[in-house]
Amino acid sequence: MDIFSSLAEQLINGLRTGSIYALIALGYTMVYGIAKMINFAHGDIIMVGAYLLFLLGVGKLGLPTPVVILLAIILCAVLGMLIEKIAYKPLRNAPPLAVLITAIGVSYFLQNFVLISMGATPIPFASMIKVPSLTLGTITVSGITLATLVVTFVCMAGLIFFVQRTKTGAAMRAVSEDRGAAELMGINVNKTISLTFAIGSGLAAVAGLLFISQYESLQPTLGALPGIKAFVAAVLGGIGSIPGAIAGGIILGIIESLTKAYISTQLSDAISFSVLVLVLLIRPAGIMGKMKNEKV
Amino acid sequence: MKRKLISKKNIISVAIIAVLYILIQVLINGGYLSRQMMSVIIPLCYNVIMAVSLSLIVGVLGELSLGHAAFMSIGAYSSALFTTKFELPEFIALPLALIIGGLCAAALGFIIGIPVLRLKGDYLAIVTLGFGEIIKSIFNFLPITGGSKGLSGIPIYTSYRNFGLVFLITAVIVLLIKNLLDSRHGRVFAAIRDNSIAAQATGIPVGTYKTMAFVIAAFFAGIAGVLYAHNVGILKPGNFDYNMSIEILVMVVLGGMGSIGGSIIAAVILTLLPELLRSFADYRMLLYAIVLIALMLFNNSSLKKKLIEKRQMSRQEKSEKEGE
Repeated sequence: MDIFSSLAEQLINGLRTGSIYALIALGYTMVYGIAKMINFAHGDIIMVGAYLLFLLGVGKLGLPTPVVILLAIILCAVLGMLIEKIAYKPLRNAPPLAVLITAIGVSYFLQNFVLISMGATPIPFASMIKVPSLTLGTITVSGITLATLVVTFVCMAGLIFFVQRTKTGAAMRAVSEDRGAAELMGINVNKTISLTFAIGSGLAAVAGLLFISQYESLQPTLGALPGIKAFVAAVLGGIGSIPGAIAGGIILGIIESLTKAYISTQLSDAISFSVLVLVLLIRPAGIMGKMKNEKV
Repeated sequence: MKRKLISKKNIISVAIIAVLYILIQVLINGGYLSRQMMSVIIPLCYNVIMAVSLSLIVGVLGELSLGHAAFMSIGAYSSALFTTKFELPEFIALPLALIIGGLCAAALGFIIGIPVLRLKGDYLAIVTLGFGEIIKSIFNFLPITGGSKGLSGIPIYTSYRNFGLVFLITAVIVLLIKNLLDSRHGRVFAAIRDNSIAAQATGIPVGTYKTMAFVIAAFFAGIAGVLYAHNVGILKPGNFDYNMSIEILVMVVLGGMGSIGGSIIAAVILTLLPELLRSFADYRMLLYAIVLIALMLFNNSSLKKKLIEKRQMSRQEKSEKEGE
């Protein structure tokens, strides 16, 4: 194989991982934009989603795949809303440090709850997506990659349409711009925040499906690393910005796959985080984030 | 008012420490402690150092650091490399190892201090987390640190036989941090935490002080790492992961943010609990999570406000009665 097709293959791999990151990063960014908090538990919702797919789809229940996927998305959305109601809502006017620590607590809770109820040994879980692979000249694109790209594209397009074109989307943008003013205009702020968590968590469930189709093994900590990486992606693109999250996710995915292929597998995490640190030092608000002046 | 080193506060602290020391020595020499408890007395000391030093960043400065374990790993690895490579006699090697471990960690603290100047809150938390992961992967990658197999054959200098020395180091660090907080610098840290813009407006060099807090905390965490390395004898990069940073954070939060005494008590309890309740080990992390959430919710709830108001009311009534 010549250099170009191997490079192209790495780029496609990067695009696949990157689009999963982007999907997760969208959840971070939407929640940050509206609730002004980092939902550290977001990565663990991916994990819960993956376990739900397993519990519903395999074993005694064994429901048909489309039903399983739909149920997992709905259950994750409900879980996201519940977490917001119980843990984050009472802290809406609390200092950011308190909210951040609570979010870490929630993330830890989900991980250890699954650890105790499902055990720590990895569970093999065959991919639920069965799409034939595609060959373009010398490059072969696997079915999962194709499905991942199509699914993430549809989700992103749908989300952008929803946020930009619908009334509820406008309410979301209003709340993220100025919560107080939005409330005065008659927008139900609580409902809007709930909805944001639901959408973000639903997207996390989709990401869980795509992620697990690729790795085919369930572990209580499986959400932690993609969660952190997606967070890096969200920050990279400028947290709070939807196009930023997409761009950040794809950039990070490509950087990662190129380092894995051409530098070192072990150093790939270190390099992704170094990119984050550098970007934050040069542009603290991220690539597409809005710079804010601090007011007294 | 000029502060004196021999103040009432310090004399009380030293007295408490001396009593504690005698008590533990009696327990050890009297054979009251099981093997299991003997093995936990050194971890107690380095966990206390870790909690107290993180308390300086989280509780006093008000910035969240999720990479405290990284400072510890730097101290542990640098000192372990030193002691295994040079093989000096113990009375020279250990003090030098402590200094090297502390300084290397402090250097990293300074490097992390650079983004600290520009970032805050959530962004800073994620950068410290990222730094922790970077350090972990570097230790995994470098051949000199043994990669993921770990660095073994480290001389055991800080076993429970050397408890007196380890206890002394811990006590000195706690006293140093306590005195730092009671000093002018401690008040500056609190001013930055409470309102960094106002602090800057009064002429406080906020950036310098923030970096200083990180460097000091990193130095002490590095020393804790040295004690750790020479207690367990083998180092693996996986030991210093995100979970460890969180565990220390739980100690600080449980002890009450900003309270040194509280952090020490929480560190002792959280180190002893899993040893005392073996069956509880599976549920330990779940309990930590619940403790974190519950404490944060309680701290910001109306229930707490009511309790505080009630206490103030009863105090007022008391003083009014006395006035009559």
